[in-house]
Amino acid sequence: MTELTIVQAINRGLADAMRADPDVLVLGEDVGVNGGVFRATEGLFKEFGGDRVIDTPLSETGIVGAAIGMALYGLKPVAEIQFLDFIYPAFDQIVSELAKFRYRSGGQYPCHVVIRSPYGGGIKGGLYHSQSSEAYFAHTAGLKVVIPSTPADAKGLLATAIADPDPVLFLEPKRIYRAVSGEVPDGDQRVPFGEARIAREGADLTIFAYGAMIPPSVQAAETLAASGTNAEVVDLRTLVPLDEKAVLASVEKTGRAVIVHEAPRFCGFGAELAAILAEKAFFSLKAPIQRVTGYDTPFPYALENAYLPNAERIVHAAKAVVAAG
Amino acid sequence: MGKAADKSPEPPAPEASPDLPADDLPKVYRAMVLARVMDERCLTLQRQGRIGFYVPLQGQEAAQVGCAWALDSEDWIFPAYRELGVALVRGVPVKLLLDQFIGNSGDVLKGRQMPNHYGYREFRFVTASSPVGTQISQAVGAAMAARWKGEEIVTVTFFGDGTTSSNDFHAGLNFAGVFKAPTIFFCQNNQWAISLPRERQTRSETLAAKAVAYGFPGVVVDGTDVHAVYRAVRDARDRALAGDGPTLIEAQVYRLGPHSTSDDPRRYRTDAELQKWKDKDPLARLKHELLTSGALTEADDAALWETTRKDVVAAFASAEETSPVDPLTLFDDVFAQRTPQLEAQREEFAALLKEGLIKP
Ligand SMILES: Cc1ncc(C[n+]2csc(CCOP(=O)(O)OP(=O)(O)O)c2C)c(N)n1
Ligand SMILES: [Mg+2]
Repeated sequence: MTELTIVQAINRGLADAMRADPDVLVLGEDVGVNGGVFRATEGLFKEFGGDRVIDTPLSETGIVGAAIGMALYGLKPVAEIQFLDFIYPAFDQIVSELAKFRYRSGGQYPCHVVIRSPYGGGIKGGLYHSQSSEAYFAHTAGLKVVIPSTPADAKGLLATAIADPDPVLFLEPKRIYRAVSGEVPDGDQRVPFGEARIAREGADLTIFAYGAMIPPSVQAAETLAASGTNAEVVDLRTLVPLDEKAVLASVEKTGRAVIVHEAPRFCGFGAELAAILAEKAFFSLKAPIQRVTGYDTPFPYALENAYLPNAERIVHAAKAVVAAG
Repeated sequence: MGKAADKSPEPPAPEASPDLPADDLPKVYRAMVLARVMDERCLTLQRQGRIGFYVPLQGQEAAQVGCAWALDSEDWIFPAYRELGVALVRGVPVKLLLDQFIGNSGDVLKGRQMPNHYGYREFRFVTASSPVGTQISQAVGAAMAARWKGEEIVTVTFFGDGTTSSNDFHAGLNFAGVFKAPTIFFCQNNQWAISLPRERQTRSETLAAKAVAYGFPGVVVDGTDVHAVYRAVRDARDRALAGDGPTLIEAQVYRLGPHSTSDDPRRYRTDAELQKWKDKDPLARLKHELLTSGALTEADDAALWETTRKDVVAAFASAEETSPVDPLTLFDDVFAQRTPQLEAQREEFAALLKEGLIKP
């Protein structure tokens, strides 16, 4: 066990994967000499050189397109998109190509590609350094979408992503890159996809969240405990594949659900969760589901704190759910 | 159908490019000093936590001020995030810019964007975006529209060396070539795109050379020479208005400061390189010229810096006293009118705000 921050765990995970498998390489903007603008690739250029830690021209479509080509040829590229907000120039390569290559070729051409990208608010980044656009990608058949919230999960899920033969979008909660640290198992300890983590056990209500929304959700659960409501916090960890079993099991136990994400509410990932609960756990629900989310506006600069869900809003919603039944 | 179709495609009779009027030079210098002073001040304010972020322009003042000086106030600017010098020449008041850096109620943008991403319709200065290059194709469309409406203006779009690798650089230049759009592509090659040096961005010998493949001229200018920049932009503007289409100008400069306040350039570039370019500081260059011509004395210069610093400090003090944005504006401008869903969210938000559950 080693105590690491999330960004350190990702850095270790990349280095371990590159040491273990010569087919793994890293490419992106400022990932080499500079070690990444968040330092996630710090030291890799020195250890593995410019052929495996590639500073690319400023072109996201080039990064993803080239990563696809490398994968078709048998490498396992890990591409970095500097901020999730800058992924859109590569949207065509991701949605039309990366996600569909295996399918459209009848399985001949799988794409063993990982795209890592810091996502989310909390760093005063305004419209273009704050977005949580996971729903676009979760909506795209053929892409796996992974969002860790702890250092151990960051390293373990990254190892699984790099080993996975399918394309994985690995979203990193930049707001807690350094704010959250914890014990990380040494060695190749993988965290499987499709298994949610119970971040806190409880019997009265379930809070579903992921990524940077886990700390305020756990904090809300602590506050609720003081007033006699024992909340469970389920960290989804992988949106695709989703651990539907864990989602349903928790609500069958608690009968109440609050869904938290920082992305806008309308058509956000929470809508899918709510639909699954309505379809498959309807008779377990004692009260209507509530969502605590970002608002349906672009991500603001000055009003960032007002926009982002916080523990107070989660508590407020949870109390309303409990009061309703 | 377009008015320009009626125009002769013949270029105007060649004549020597007009130089910057000598009378303007002290004003040009003043604008450059103001830009430098704001830059220095904002870097300090960011370190003190009084503004959240800042993108400096040090080293690029002559390119920006020289370019803006060559334009008409009716011309449209499509900037990136580093074009403070252009905004100042356009006449955007310092206090208004500082309001944007704080994101207070005086900010025209209502606190929506990070510092440096301002825009002022009044000054024909289009609001900046962070994703690089997106402004390039937009500038071309605006130029096509202006021509279609028969208006004698050009659009000028600003971007960096790194941005020549973006999707919209290609799309914009291609459209401009095909449609002979009255657009000036003003590329400030400051030698770095964060940590990527110019020579790792493209194998092309110059960035200007890229214009050739799109079927229009590309020119390289020394961006530390305000005269050279002015002439190049005047030429490009004349060509555009004569119906001869776009020009790509590569102004060769150097980013003397960090990419932004989040960047540490010591990680990727040498002091020797920095020093080499510091010796070509565009402000020192113009100052030397003005001292030599007698248009400026050392005493004038010292007084200019001092008053400029005082003015900027005073403007910031006033911006700092300006009230914060009203939290309820969060829901404005998503659409012309709030949808029922947004109206409901706004009400929910207002209630939480009242209960103190949301702290802006
Ligand atoms: C599409 C996109 N990708 C990545 C970024 C992150 N980024 C911000 S500025 C920058 C470098 C831009 O370099 P250049 O075009 O030379 O302009 P400069 O900043 O040097 O003025 C990068 C990579 C971005 N803003 N937009
Ligand atoms: Mg540059």
